[in-house]
This record gives sequence, C-alpha cells and structure tokens, in this order.
Amino acid sequence: MINRTLFSALKRSILPSSTSQSQLLPSFSSTCRSASTLVLAEHDGGSINAASVSAIAAAGSLSKGSSISVLLAGSGPSLQEAAQHAASCHPSISQVLVADSDKFTYPLAEPWAQLVQLVQLRNGYSHVIAASGSFGKNILPRAAALLDVSPVTDVVAISESRQFVRPIYAGNALCTVRYTGADPCMLTVRSTSFPVTSRSAESTSNKSPISQVDLSTFGGDSVGKSRYVKHTSQEAERPDLGNARVVVTGGRGLKSAENFKMIEKLAGKLGAAVGATRAAVDAGFVPNDLQVGQTGKIVAPELYMAFGVSGAIQHLAGIRDSKVIVAVNKDADAPIFKVADYGLVGDLFDVIPELLEKLPENK
Amino acid sequence: MKIMVAIKRVVDYAVKIRVKPDRTGVETQNVKMSMNPFCEIALEEALRIKESGLASEVVAVSMGPTQCVDTLRTGLAMGADRGIHVEAVGPLYPLSVAKILKALVEVEKPGLLLLGKQAIDDDCNQTGQMVAGLLNWPQGTFASKVVIDMEKQAITVDREVDDGLETLCLDLPAVITTDLRLNQPRYATLPNIMKAKSKAIKKFTPQELNVDVKPDLEVVEVTEPPKRKAGIILSSVDELIDKLKNEAHVI
Repeated sequence: MINRTLFSALKRSILPSSTSQSQLLPSFSSTCRSASTLVLAEHDGGSINAASVSAIAAAGSLSKGSSISVLLAGSGPSLQEAAQHAASCHPSISQVLVADSDKFTYPLAEPWAQLVQLVQLRNGYSHVIAASGSFGKNILPRAAALLDVSPVTDVVAISESRQFVRPIYAGNALCTVRYTGADPCMLTVRSTSFPVTSRSAESTSNKSPISQVDLSTFGGDSVGKSRYVKHTSQEAERPDLGNARVVVTGGRGLKSAENFKMIEKLAGKLGAAVGATRAAVDAGFVPNDLQVGQTGKIVAPELYMAFGVSGAIQHLAGIRDSKVIVAVNKDADAPIFKVADYGLVGDLFDVIPELLEKLPENK
Repeated sequence: MKIMVAIKRVVDYAVKIRVKPDRTGVETQNVKMSMNPFCEIALEEALRIKESGLASEVVAVSMGPTQCVDTLRTGLAMGADRGIHVEAVGPLYPLSVAKILKALVEVEKPGLLLLGKQAIDDDCNQTGQMVAGLLNWPQGTFASKVVIDMEKQAITVDREVDDGLETLCLDLPAVITTDLRLNQPRYATLPNIMKAKSKAIKKFTPQELNVDVKPDLEVVEVTEPPKRKAGIILSSVDELIDKLKNEAHVI
C-alpha cells in the first residue's frame, strides 16, 4: 500500500514536466527495480479480454508483492469503460494507465510501440508483459526494439524473475532462457499456461486507481504511416477457441465444408469451440482463425476431440497441454493416437452421428 | 523498387528433433536443414511482385554460419536476383538479426522488406516487428494478402489476427511478415538451380556493418517436454462416452 502511494505520488510529480523527468528517473527506477511490471492489455467492447487477464496473472507470479500497472490505449467511452473493468479484474493490479487518443482508436503497432517506449522511459518498469495473441506478438517486439532489449516470446513458465521456460521447435523441446540485459525484461506469455482462478476473477471489491497517461510529449513519428481499413470476422456464437473448456476439431478427413457442419453440430451439443487443422483450413472447409497448432492457436482445454486429424508435429504443438485428448481416425497408425488418451479407430462419418445421438445435452 | 527478403536456414519442418543429452540444445549435426517455410512464402511473394512488374530486383539475405549460403542458393534458384550472406558465429537472436537487417537496408535501400512471420526452430515471431521498429517503418505482420499501389506508394495488407482478418494500409517503405496463407511457394527447377550457381552472393560480417551482436539472452537448458502417458484404444462410441463421463469426468 505504501509502495503504491509512493508510486503514484512519484508518477504525478514526474508527469507534468518533461525536463525534470531525467533527474527523477534514476532514483525512481531504483526504488521500484525489483518489483514493477507493466502489462499491455487488449480491450474490446468495454472490457479487457481474457488473455490480458492471464497476462496479469503471469505478472503476479513474477515476484510476490510486485506492483502491476496495466496499460490500456484506445479512444472514447469504451476505453474508459474498459479501464473501469481492468481496475477491478484482478487483485494484484496497483494501477491502470489509460492512453486516450484517436491515434489509438485501432490497436496499430506503430503508435502502441511508441506509447510503450514513452511509458517505460517515464516509469522504468522492470518487466513489460503482454499475452501472446496476435495483439501482443505484433506490438511487444517492436516496442522491445525501440528500447533495445531482447523480448522472450510465448513464455509457459516463470522460474525466476528473469528466467523463463518457452517451447521451441513446435513444442518438441522446452528452452529455459535467462534475460541478462538492461531493464525492462519484456515477454509475451501463453495464456493457457497462466490460468485465471475464479477466486481472483471475482475480486471486484478491490478497485485500483485509474490515471491518464500524459500524451503531451507523445511524438508518434511513425504514426500515420499505417492506417486501419477494416476487420472481418466470422460471427462467433461459440466459446472462444483459446479459452474453451471443450474443443472439437476436424481435419482433412472431413472431406468438405459441408461435412464440417457435423463438427459444428457436435460442438454445439457439447458447448464446445470448433477448431481445425491446417489441411482443413487450406482446403477451405473453415476460416483460418480456427486453425490450431504451431502457427495457429494454442489450446489447452479439459477435453480435446480430434476427428479425421492425423496428428502432424505442427498440429500437436497446439494441443499437447489439453487435459484429455480423444482421437477418432480410421487409420490405426495415425500419430494422433500416440498422444490421445482415448482413441477410436473408425470412420468419423459413423462415429459423429452416433455421438450426436448418444451424448447427453450439455450447455 | 527493390525488395529485400530475409531467409533463415532451419532444421527441416518434417524432422523429428532430438534434444542433446547434455541439455545444451537440439541436435543439428547430420540433420536435414532447409529454408524456413515462412521465408519461402516471403520469397515467393517477392518474386510474384517482381513478376507483376512492380519490383525491379529481389535481394535475398541470410545471416549465420557458412552453410547459410546453401539456403541462399535455394533462394536464388527460386528466382531471387542476388544474395547477401552475413557470416556470424554463435547464437543470433532476433534483436541482432533485426540490427543486421537494418544495416543492410541502409546499404541496399529497398522499398519493401519481406520476412516470414516466425522461424520454426526458435518460434520467436519477433524479427520483422523489431526491424520495422528500428527503421521506423510501418509493419504488416501475419500477412495473408498483399496489394501494392505504386502510384500512392502504399501497400494494403490483410492480416491474420486472433478473431479473423484485419486490413491495413501502409506507406512504403514497409516491413511485411508472411503467414502460411499468403501463397504457395514454387519449386526450383533444375535449369534454375544451375543458373543460381552463377548468381552473386555478397559477404559481410556484423563488424563490417557496425552491428554489435552480443546477446542479452542466454540459454540455461533445453529439455524434452513431459511425455503424455499412453492412452487406450476403445472399441465403441458407447465405451467412449462412458470413459469421458465416468473416468475422465469431462462431460
């Protein structure tokens, strides 16, 4: 609590004048060196997304008692609403920083990276963290280059405050790396490895202070070189693939987009998200944002059901942390059976209808 | 306009890798090496842009040990006009690669820099974003479609993002990183492989480019991931439903 007050007092004294910044910065950063983390949060429709909350959970496990600031950028009322949500979404947050400007209306990498640089130079965080979704992977390395530090991607475990475990070679090896450079230590974290417990998600009573980032010195010299045009997404009535409790996936064995509807029907019955292999996406059965694997999404549901999926290295990279894996394939030698807890050798065109008929309704 | 494409030599995507017994890394001796699949896509896109008349030259660059020249030759056989090899020993992390690329951009002055979205060995997904930051160029990462408008000196990029596709318009010069869906890379034909032997590959060292490649990361150890315990093969749908309900308790 004392730390937090000190933190915001110092911050306030630093913010108004840019000339006094350089003198204040050293003493400030040394007091907070071991314990201050900035989390870059992604928000949509007035709340921060689940992956960002996982990144906050990861920040909390870096070191006990560290102060965590959450940075949000955007414009208008939905940003302020998201800031309110961020302030109460996790008990370990010390403050929420809000950058409100039409430069941030869309989450473009160029203004965001410069914003991170600005906030870092002012406040001297020891760590900067984002979830490793397309938002974090796009922005964080660019910001790291501006700060001349090496980022660490897709961290699955934090062993010490500067030592992390991350998968390499499509998850076929785990690499422990130590960051030895200057502050800040920057990382993106795999959200399935830092689950948010329901207990911490409920702590709405604890509301941390919200402060606006002073953007008067925001240069943004690369801003305007990129412009947002449009966004297209499929209507998602199903649970989000990254966080679903159950995932039902189809591969090349489905043979057509028409047949893939069986997978969707089964997912509907199980209250599950739908996933796909690269083969199914390339064949045009489903859009690419359903791809699970090394280059698509990483999932770790309680139940993963794979139909007509052979189990290539690149696909297994995305599912190996699932709790229970079920595989249905007519090829008894398919590699997927080596990782499946329950395998059924058979024709999915027989198995899925039977499952649809016999499974209990689950919503 | 000149296009520069960065390509990386990695363990072939189909190889089942082995972790070294001393836990210092992954075995790369006597293992098949190839061009990183995402880099092939980047190069293919550069070649298509050149073939459509929007680029005059495609320069392929690679950094690392001597054998990177083989990867560059593959790129030249696909159709790149010439190559640049920055010879470096020891580990090269994305920050160093991005700094070397920036130095090469200053030498070559390309109008577009293309890279793969990630290398399939370190799975970092950083280099393109980092070099864009260092150059202060706009970035179009995870591109699945690229359209260049030379008149407006702009490039429209469809990006594969978590919840669908996002379209951005970037001013040139720009950095693009490629996703799998961008194109289907061509194979090098035998005559082109022969022709590639006479194409030029220029050599640099990081020192000559004034780039400090001292890493700020160190690998503590590399281990095998925990093995999943062997599963069972069931004989019927009824048995499957029973197991899921009463043994795994997941439905």
